[in-house]
Amino acid sequence: MEEVAFFVGAIGALGGAVAVVALRNPFYSVLALVVHLVSLAGLFLLLHAEFLAAAQVVVYAGAVMVLYLFVAAYVGSNEEPLWEPIAGQRFLAPLLAAALFVELSVAILGTGLKSLGGEGATIPAGFGSPAAIGELLLERFLIAFEAASLLLLIAAVGAVVLAASKKEATEVPRGR
Amino acid sequence: MSATTYGWLILLCPLAGSILIALSWRILPGRAAGWIGTAAIGLSFVNAIGAFVMLLGEPEDARRLTSALYDYATAVGLDIDLGILVDPLAVVMCLVVTGVSTLIHLYSVAYMSSDEGYARFFSYMNFFVFSMLLLILAGNFVLLIVGWAFVGFASYALISYWYRRSTATAAGMKAFVINVIGDIGLVLAAFLIFRELGTFDYLEVFEASPERFQTNEGTIVAICLLLLVGAFAKSAQIPFHTWLPDAMEGPTPVSALIHAATMVTAGVYLIARAHPLFELAPTAADIAAFAGLATLLVAATIALVVTDLKRIIAYSTMSQIGYMVVGVSIGAYTAGIFHLMTHAFFKALLFMAAGSIIAAMASRQNIDGMSGFKKAMPFTSLLLIIGALALAGFPGMSGFFSKDEILVFAAERGGMYWIFAIGGYVAAFLTAFYSFRIGFRVVLGEPCEEARELERGHLAHGEPENPATGEKEDTEIGFPGPEHHIAEHAAPMRIAMGVLGFLAVVAGVLQIPGVTAAMEHFLAGTFEESELFHSVPSEGSAYLGLLVGAIVAFAGIGLAWLLYVRSPGVTLRLRDRLTPIHNFLERKWYFDELIDALIYRPVIRAGRFAHEVVERVVVQGLVTGAVGAVREAGVLVRGAQSGFVRAYALLVVGGFAALALYFLVVSS
Amino acid sequence: MAVEWYLVLSALLFAVGASGVLLRRSPLVILLCLELMLNAGNLALVAFSRSLANQDGQIFALVVMVVAACEVVVGLGLIVAMFRRRLPLNVDEIRSLRG
Repeated sequence: MEEVAFFVGAIGALGGAVAVVALRNPFYSVLALVVHLVSLAGLFLLLHAEFLAAAQVVVYAGAVMVLYLFVAAYVGSNEEPLWEPIAGQRFLAPLLAAALFVELSVAILGTGLKSLGGEGATIPAGFGSPAAIGELLLERFLIAFEAASLLLLIAAVGAVVLAASKKEATEVPRGR
Repeated sequence: MSATTYGWLILLCPLAGSILIALSWRILPGRAAGWIGTAAIGLSFVNAIGAFVMLLGEPEDARRLTSALYDYATAVGLDIDLGILVDPLAVVMCLVVTGVSTLIHLYSVAYMSSDEGYARFFSYMNFFVFSMLLLILAGNFVLLIVGWAFVGFASYALISYWYRRSTATAAGMKAFVINVIGDIGLVLAAFLIFRELGTFDYLEVFEASPERFQTNEGTIVAICLLLLVGAFAKSAQIPFHTWLPDAMEGPTPVSALIHAATMVTAGVYLIARAHPLFELAPTAADIAAFAGLATLLVAATIALVVTDLKRIIAYSTMSQIGYMVVGVSIGAYTAGIFHLMTHAFFKALLFMAAGSIIAAMASRQNIDGMSGFKKAMPFTSLLLIIGALALAGFPGMSGFFSKDEILVFAAERGGMYWIFAIGGYVAAFLTAFYSFRIGFRVVLGEPCEEARELERGHLAHGEPENPATGEKEDTEIGFPGPEHHIAEHAAPMRIAMGVLGFLAVVAGVLQIPGVTAAMEHFLAGTFEESELFHSVPSEGSAYLGLLVGAIVAFAGIGLAWLLYVRSPGVTLRLRDRLTPIHNFLERKWYFDELIDALIYRPVIRAGRFAHEVVERVVVQGLVTGAVGAVREAGVLVRGAQSGFVRAYALLVVGGFAALALYFLVVSS
Repeated sequence: MAVEWYLVLSALLFAVGASGVLLRRSPLVILLCLELMLNAGNLALVAFSRSLANQDGQIFALVVMVVAACEVVVGLGLIVAMFRRRLPLNVDEIRSLRG
């Protein structure tokens, strides 16, 4: 049963990923990514990471991807030109990516790490539950937690600064 | 005051004179620079007399006095000090140099008085005398080299005195270059001496050399040959003689002082000074003697045909120095130094008279235009004849005794040395002939234009021009001045010439064979240990030699009388008939051309080769190649900075893949 | 399901994301492919967390998600700014930093 779920999730993730790369229209690429993210959430569930799966769907697929969609709609879709200005890029890129994959696989499959062989160690009850995650966040990883929030704040401010139009800045002093 | 103190004073006076004139020339009125210069050398002469007297007071075998002022260079195994050696040879040379220099300076006070660079002249002349005295009085080889080099510089400065004349500067450079070649020989000899004997000091070297070297051992012969290179370059002997005729570009007093009486005798002095070394290397001494013989014959033949008055006298100098070189090389030290002294007198006199005549000729030096000055310039003509008689070796004159004593010594030594005697007498015949070639042509005969003008009381004037090339000049600084001065009108010139004339006549009395031997006795203080010195020819052979000399002199003068006075024009016809010989002699036996072909052209070719091949191809090629390679590498590397983000990303991924591969391979 | 499967899947997703970054020219799509790579990393983290029974991996993955969100925000802000200034939305055309 677990295997079936795994393969369904895997195919969804992989299909979504390939679609992101392959589709011409960026709007469709965003949608493909949403599929990919949801499949990944399913895989997380299989790995006993419930809170993470929920966060993935709600935050990632729900909020971040919506942001993407807004921008994609705002910017519109412009077709990419066919001609490749960099010599050899079309040929080298998939080659190197494939090489990367092969190497990583060799590393994973040929490893002497025993724990990777089987299912893994026995997990306690409540593994991956919100309570457990929350406890960790607020006790052991408090600083990381606070730092992450700070980072979010900075990102938000940065976004406003970046995307602000020049006219708004100069309009304010005049008038009244 | 001891002899060595006098020695230091001898050196100090000319140096002080030179510096004083150089610093104060702007404020010196009129001829003051000249009088200061003359007084400085005069004072030096007085000190030389003082040294002479003090030295006589010493016992005969203790007349080598040294004195060191301070340590010049001291290190382990090296000990050079600023030291002088006052001994009979040095004192004789000093007396001759300072005495003749004083008279020449006196002459120049009047002769150069209209020249714009009057003070510079006397400063240089004083400096020259200082350098020459330094050379003579030096007590070790290092100081000798210092004096040698200074003399070379002073000669250059004085030859190119009229520096705006291109022929003068070229001549100065020629003299200097050949001098430097001599310097190299001298320096190498000094190095060898130091390496073998560990010291530069004369007395130590001369004492240690008989123990260290065997006769004719390779090293000592090499040392002597290198010393000869230096001596011959300075004394204008073959093969280093080509600079002397050109050096006549300098003013006449310079020719009188440097190129007759003093500088060119430095080589003779060197050989005499280093006689212990030469006696250990008879091969080198013989080579020196043969070179001297060659020079004296070659120069005498050239003097037969050249037409520039000063050049005739220059070749005569070269020839007479050849006699002196032969003399000191075969061991006739007394005779050689005696001839040096008498030659200084009559040669300086000849130059002075020539200067007077050239002035009368409005600076033209070609003998073809000169004749019949007897009535116009009686004093000059008389002294010219006296000088010519002394040069020819007329019996009773100083030159008679000094020259023939050398030849007698050669004959006495026997064997191979007869060739020197025979060659010497042949050249003496030629010498007598050309001395009176000058004498009769200039003094006797129909007065020329300039002479007639002078008889009317009016000194000839011409456009200022280069006597050799005829180029037009002006009379500002760097060229001769506008006025010409002849002896009849200038008292200083007359006094100087008169004294020299007197000395040229009576100086022979110092060393008449069988009667007086003043020079020999005095010089014994230096040449004590030499066997050759003591092998004095017998009176009989000496008188025979003098007789032969007298016959030869009369024959030469007689022939000159025949050819120039009785049948003038014969020589011109001879010249036309024997044109190849005449050309050969007039081109100075083609020595200049030989040096040009053997040395100058190959060196220029080598230089051109070095420039074109080595410099342009190799060096420049290497440099340009390196630059090009670096530039190409830069272009290559710059290709990576394309500005394409995706290319950079590709490199990142590619790099990471490569790294991962490496680690995989390593860990497997 | 053995953990290796998840890891190999993660590697594959990462490779696909990398090739996407290298091949696509629109900055929006490049950002999307960047998200792919980050998520592949997340998957690996969670897989390891499961195999070692250690929840630190999940916390790590959470923080990665936060960072990814921030980065997306900034990146999209950039794209909007580019669009506003009428610059071509093509990374190959934005190359004033070329050496």
